[in-house]
Parts: sequence; structure tokens; C-alpha cells
Amino acid sequence: MTNKKKVKSRNLGYFKDLAIILTQKEMKVRYKNSFLGYLWSVLNPLAFAFVFFVAFQVVMKIHMKDYVLFLIAGLFPWQNFTNSINASPMVFLMNSTLIKKVNFPRHILALTLVLHDSVHFVLSIPVILFFMFVYHRVPSLSLVWGVPALLSVQILMTYGIALFLASLNLFFRDLERLTTILTTALFYFTPVIYSETMVPDKYRVLLKLNPFAMLMISWRNLFLNGSINPVYAGAALGYGILFFCLGYFFYSKLAWKFAEVL
Amino acid sequence: MSRNPLIVFEGVSKSYTLHYHFTGGIKNFLFHLPSYIRKARSSSYCALKDVSFEIRRGETFGIIGKNGAGKSTILGIIAGVLKPTRGKVAVGGRISPLLELGAGFSFELTGRENILLNGIILGLTRKKVLDRMDEIIEFSGLGEFVDQPIRTYSSGMLSKLAFSVVTSLDPEILLIDEILAVGDLNFQQKCLEKMMSFKKSGVTIVFVSHSMKQVEQICDRAMWLENHVVRAIGDPGTITGEYSSYWKDR
Repeated sequence: MTNKKKVKSRNLGYFKDLAIILTQKEMKVRYKNSFLGYLWSVLNPLAFAFVFFVAFQVVMKIHMKDYVLFLIAGLFPWQNFTNSINASPMVFLMNSTLIKKVNFPRHILALTLVLHDSVHFVLSIPVILFFMFVYHRVPSLSLVWGVPALLSVQILMTYGIALFLASLNLFFRDLERLTTILTTALFYFTPVIYSETMVPDKYRVLLKLNPFAMLMISWRNLFLNGSINPVYAGAALGYGILFFCLGYFFYSKLAWKFAEVL
Repeated sequence: MSRNPLIVFEGVSKSYTLHYHFTGGIKNFLFHLPSYIRKARSSSYCALKDVSFEIRRGETFGIIGKNGAGKSTILGIIAGVLKPTRGKVAVGGRISPLLELGAGFSFELTGRENILLNGIILGLTRKKVLDRMDEIIEFSGLGEFVDQPIRTYSSGMLSKLAFSVVTSLDPEILLIDEILAVGDLNFQQKCLEKMMSFKKSGVTIVFVSHSMKQVEQICDRAMWLENHVVRAIGDPGTITGEYSSYWKDR
């Protein structure tokens, strides 16, 4: 029995070491040749915030107080999500030599991708806080537990979707393009640049069917009001568990074929 | 003879479904669904047919045969990366991964970073790799190049780095795919010596090579694969002799 336990803890240690080293690799490889590495991950959502601000508040005169802050509080988490999703179809393809040679838990590659983007997101939270300061808002203490909680839900959800896309893309190599189209569409169907209250009543029920809406609304409320709606967050968690199970199930059905089709 | 076999293949066949039509993408798949399904059913490629053999604990087992005979497929199945279509496979030990040049290396990282990355991927703990880092660098003979990104390395240097990481592992089964074909003579010699010392310490080695001399030198037994089936298994000297004369007669 103890022997079995030993093997298990050894595997867990291996898993941990592997996840950390691969995440570090990802960080180094992606930003090795640019000083602006960290800045890029912040600059992108900021640039979009500026664009939407000009388009909707300056030009289309939308009525909302502190619209820039509103945008930033939604765009940063959204960016974290789509970065992982858009990159996920390629994650097994890019590591083909590894998959063909080494028998290791391949799903860790997808996890690495998600963790990497999450680290960037966490590092960019001070920028959100800075803008709150600019708009004379005081960050709530509930961020201390709220951020880890929502981030866990987001990682779970993203990890599941990433596993699904990465596995399937080995068999259908044009999935990558489809993914980009879908995430762009999702962006406009999710209350990131508008608030959920602006959605007409008869469509509002549809928001409940959108897993990302639940999560993104929770993020924004956390930053702007320091509160989390337990129904929304709970729904997001439910969707997260569902996606993770589906993604993992799909991956585990296909994993043994990976080395053949690469 | 069959006392304590570590690796057993029993009537193993492996065929690949040819996936090229799938990899055309979803768009093609949806537009040509019926013909796709027909093709997928009929087209497959047989890489191994009814292969049986046993490798004993502590043995060094050579596999020879021309390209495409199925050598690498066997290694892949032993490593657990591929799944046999038919037959039974039993492997009873901790396996080093298939060794081939630079598997899992990341070209933007330095040699030192790659040693850590590769070592962990190959199953060592972070601490162990760091403890053995100096030893590994010493063995590789890369000197100060070890802190350069490996995209600047020559292929010889890459193989040195790859093999050096392997030397720090403590596997029960070592799978080696053509790794000794590159690198300068001096380093090849060093690798052979290292393999001998692995052998002495009781590691089971499966060795794929095109160098008959190396197979004769290192292996206890050898297997000749021809056209996806086993043609002969036996004493490495005899097998390599037959193999060479077979090709000479053609």
C-alpha cells in the first residue's frame, strides 16, 4: 500500500515539476527577444479599451459613467481567456517531437498554456488597480479571495476547452481558423464592452446560457463593486466543471492516437 | 531462456490508419463526407506484422533492418507512445524515452535551460537535474557554449547535449534510436563507453542502429526486421553477417 502511495506522490511531484518547467519555457520562449514582453500582455487590452472607448463613448455616445474603467475591468480577463483558447489548437502540434518520443501526460501541455496566460493576467492586475485609482475607486478587500476563486474557475473552464480544441485539431487541422472566428463572435455576445443590464429583457435569459457571460460579469463586478454574485459565479463554476469533464473525456479518448497522426 | 523477460511482444501487429484525408480539415471533411469515410476504412498502412520476441532483464538487444522496416514503431510501442493494433505487449520497468536528436529541445533556450527542461521531461526531479548539472555539462564537453541558445548549435553539438542529458538518467530500460550516428569520433567513443557502463550496471538496452559494427560490439542479441516481420533473432555477429551478405547478394 505504502509503495503505491509512494508511486503516486512521485507522479504528482513529476507532474508539478513538469508543469512548472514547461510554463517557464513558454514564458522564456515567447518573450526572450523582447524587452516589452510583459508590456505586450498589458498593451493589447489597453489598446482595445481605447478603441472601444472612442467608438462607443466618443462617437456613439453611450451613457455610462467611467466607461474606460468598465472596459478595462472586462477586457483584461477576456484577453486572458481568448489568448489561451486561440493558441490552444496548436499546442500539441507545436510539441510534436515530444509527443512522438516521450510517454508523459500530454494534457499537461494544454495546462501549461493556460497557466502561462493566467500568470500574465495576474501580473496585469496592478494595471487595473491603477485605473481604479485614477477613477477614484478604492479596491475592495474581497479581491484577495475573489481573484483566486474566479481565476480557478476560469482556468478550469479554459483548460477543458483547450484540451478539446488541441486534441481535435490534430485530426482537423483547420480548426485553428474556426476557433478565431468563434472567439471573435463570442466576444460580442458576451457582456464585455456593454453591461448585462443593457441587454433587452427578452434576450437576457440567453445570457444565462453563455458560460463566458457568467464569468466575465463576475470578474467585472469583482473589480468595480468588490462583490461576486453567487448565482453567476456558481453558474460559471458549473460550466467550468462541465467543460473540463467534456474536454478531458475527449482528450483521453483520442490521446493514444496522437503519436500516429502527428 | 524466458527467465525474467522484461519486455515481451506476442504476435504484435501495428497498422496506421492513413489520416492524410482527415488532416485536410473540417471544411473538406464536411463537403466530402461519404468518400472520406470510405477512404478511412480502406486505407491503412501495416508497419508490423505478427512480431514476437522477448528481451531479458539486463540484456542489450539490437534491432537492425532497412528504413521503414518497423524498427522505430517497435521502440514507440515499448515506450508506450504507440498502441499495438493486435497482440500483447508487456513492459516491466521504468523506461527512458525514445532517444532521438533533440526531442523536446527548445531552440530559443540555452543549453543549460534545455538540460533542465529535458531532464525533467525524461522523468528526473528538478532537484536531481540541478544536482547533476555540472556533471552533465562536463560530459557534453560544450564548455561555454552551454549558455548560448541552442539554435546556434551545430547538429553534432546538439547530439552531444542530448546524449549528455541521458547519461544522468537512471532508467531500467534504455531505448536508443540511431543516436550514435552523429557527433565526432571522440564523442561517439565516449557514448559507447557510457552505454557499456549502463550495461554493466544492469540496464536493459534496446538499440536501433544502422551501424553493424556497433551492434556487434554492444549487443548480446540482435533482431533483423525485414518488411515488417521478424526475419531472424540471435547472436549479433551471425545476424549482422547474414544481413550484410543479404544486401551484398542483391
